[in-house]
Amino acid sequence: MAAKARTRPESTVESTGGEPADTLRDYYERMSLVRAFELRSSEMYARAKIGGYCHLNLGEEATVVGLMAAIEARDYLFTGYRDHGYALLRGLSPERVMAELFGKVTGVSGGRGGSMHLFDSETRLFGGYGIVGGQIPPATGAALALKNQEAAGPDAAAVMCLLGDGTTNIGAFHESLNLAGLWKLPIVYVIVNNGLGMGTTVEKASAEPELYKRAASYRMPGVRVDGDDVLAVRDAARDALRQARESRQPVLLEVMCYRLRGHSVVDPARYRSSEDTTIAQQSDPVPSFRAKLITAGVLSETDAAAIDEAADVRVSEAVVFADESPEPDVDDLFKYVYATAVANMPAALPGEPVMDAL
Amino acid sequence: MTEIVSTEVATTRTITYRQALNETLRAELEHDDKVFLIGEEIGIFEGSYKITAGLLEDFGPDRVLDAPIAEEGFVGAALGAAMVGMRPVVEIMTINFSLIAIDQIVNHAAKMRSMFAGQVSIPLVIRMPGGGGQQLAATHSQNLEVWYAHIPGLKVVAPSTPADAKALLTAAIRDDDPVIFLENLSLYSAKGEVPDGEQIAEIGKAAVVKTGTDLTIVSYSRGTTTALEVARQLEAEGLSIEVVDLRSLRPLDRDTICASVKKTGHAVVFEDDWLSYGIGAEISATIGEGVFDFLDAPVRRVAAAEVPLPYAKSLEKAALPSAADLAKVVREVLNISSTPNDN
Repeated sequence: MAAKARTRPESTVESTGGEPADTLRDYYERMSLVRAFELRSSEMYARAKIGGYCHLNLGEEATVVGLMAAIEARDYLFTGYRDHGYALLRGLSPERVMAELFGKVTGVSGGRGGSMHLFDSETRLFGGYGIVGGQIPPATGAALALKNQEAAGPDAAAVMCLLGDGTTNIGAFHESLNLAGLWKLPIVYVIVNNGLGMGTTVEKASAEPELYKRAASYRMPGVRVDGDDVLAVRDAARDALRQARESRQPVLLEVMCYRLRGHSVVDPARYRSSEDTTIAQQSDPVPSFRAKLITAGVLSETDAAAIDEAADVRVSEAVVFADESPEPDVDDLFKYVYATAVANMPAALPGEPVMDAL
Repeated sequence: MTEIVSTEVATTRTITYRQALNETLRAELEHDDKVFLIGEEIGIFEGSYKITAGLLEDFGPDRVLDAPIAEEGFVGAALGAAMVGMRPVVEIMTINFSLIAIDQIVNHAAKMRSMFAGQVSIPLVIRMPGGGGQQLAATHSQNLEVWYAHIPGLKVVAPSTPADAKALLTAAIRDDDPVIFLENLSLYSAKGEVPDGEQIAEIGKAAVVKTGTDLTIVSYSRGTTTALEVARQLEAEGLSIEVVDLRSLRPLDRDTICASVKKTGHAVVFEDDWLSYGIGAEISATIGEGVFDFLDAPVRRVAAAEVPLPYAKSLEKAALPSAADLAKVVREVLNISSTPNDN
């Protein structure tokens, strides 16, 4: 039976006005890049250039752009497996992200992680995690380390930990929020609530479907924001990060958005009602932000089309790079198993003897 | 880290396994300010088994951090702290509770370095005791080492003496990979000579702890102490038994095991875990692959009875592998009939 359409709950924060035109234009460029990248990822998956699981940010672009506009370079970012857009906006080149999806050695994780496990130590994108909620305890621990390594203040680093709505029902979520609340850690947990954990609605999965309210159990602020409003998302995330870095006050931020397509690229989402699909399409943040900027005179139709075209070209370059990049060398199979060399490390390929006969 | 290093003249003291662990944790907290301890009841309670006695008082609550009962949360938090440059040493009260944290250990700590192409290292130690024989019943008496020894990306060590407890714990804390450090409830009060000064063992290396020519007993942790006891007892009967102490379960030092069995032609594995798919199965297969032509008898395994361990003393005793069980199997492998006073 198809799930009922959701009614969008009201945001607990307001978006700000009076934003500089350059900033708005920049945000549209970012949204357009994520949109183009994800559409091409879907296409490349269909062409079997990409394997395994592949989850897209389609429909979540305003959320992705807003959150990544709020986070600072010094902050650490942990995400779930729907991570392409975040990696792009953290500053990783579309080439390196697409190459990772293609399983190439030039990929952000050397081709060893794939779509779900994007990692870049330089920009402090600390993964990309395929196990639901697996990122939450390590993100909490990174915040614990930060608390002990530096003093609180406006220049301190914080951790942003992204998770999906379905993730709020697992133990790791509750254990981690308890630790963060108890130890006053500089971390912002962001629930990217697209209404569906695979095919299960929040209402069918969570006894308290207003997920931000779960923060109350851990004496931390819970905030809900409209994920289709890029400025509101940015401002809410900035405020949460400010509390984390200046007051060591962890925050739970819930961002309400829609997933335009299935759970992953292979999911036709037949469980979704046509009504819900219609709402998702009507809420699509990319065309609506585009229209808003055109109406406001920030962009002309021509400008907007040029931005979309540029994003498409950028992604085409990434596809060429990924396609032409070499695969990882089989001789390097065991290269990263251990950081400290160790005696008697197993390094046999299937069928090879585990040791020489004496 | 290629060999045992002693930076001072080798003076020794006789101390317990517990004291060796405590002194090593203290020394490493002093050695590197990135090292911190985290676990349940390790601070004011000083640890369920008093391994961390006195450390909270001397190093304060940031470095000896009491965690709530949330193994998945605090083991994962230690992992995250390791990712950003700290060197956490986790105490899990017993290995049984590590199953609550197994997602963080197996799916995350063991995978991250490989999955992210070497961009991150995980200098994390997880200390935990296992073992039965304390009438703690089925859920609190397990030897689950094979769960961890199976996983690439982890290193798993199991010291059997106070000296090894010191040298392997130092090595584990200074290693840049996740190390599972297996203690044993029945070893905590065992005494032994421990060299003073900095001692760093080489992970991945077994040790021949007693030489012999007739048969090799391969064991680890508490099992090694029983193996030595049996070897000495049989020595009095004229049998020459060699004892190999694995010390490291992953990586496994197959060369040392096979070199010993090549010499003796007979092997028995003595292990505290369950028989099927256990540590002994891997050792047997290794011997079969490495030195089959030198074997004069099939390899035998002496392991725990495959039952959730009962509380009642009589049943518990029957289920756990004993010195008598080991002596009986050694004689069977050597085809020697039992002496009347052995029971």
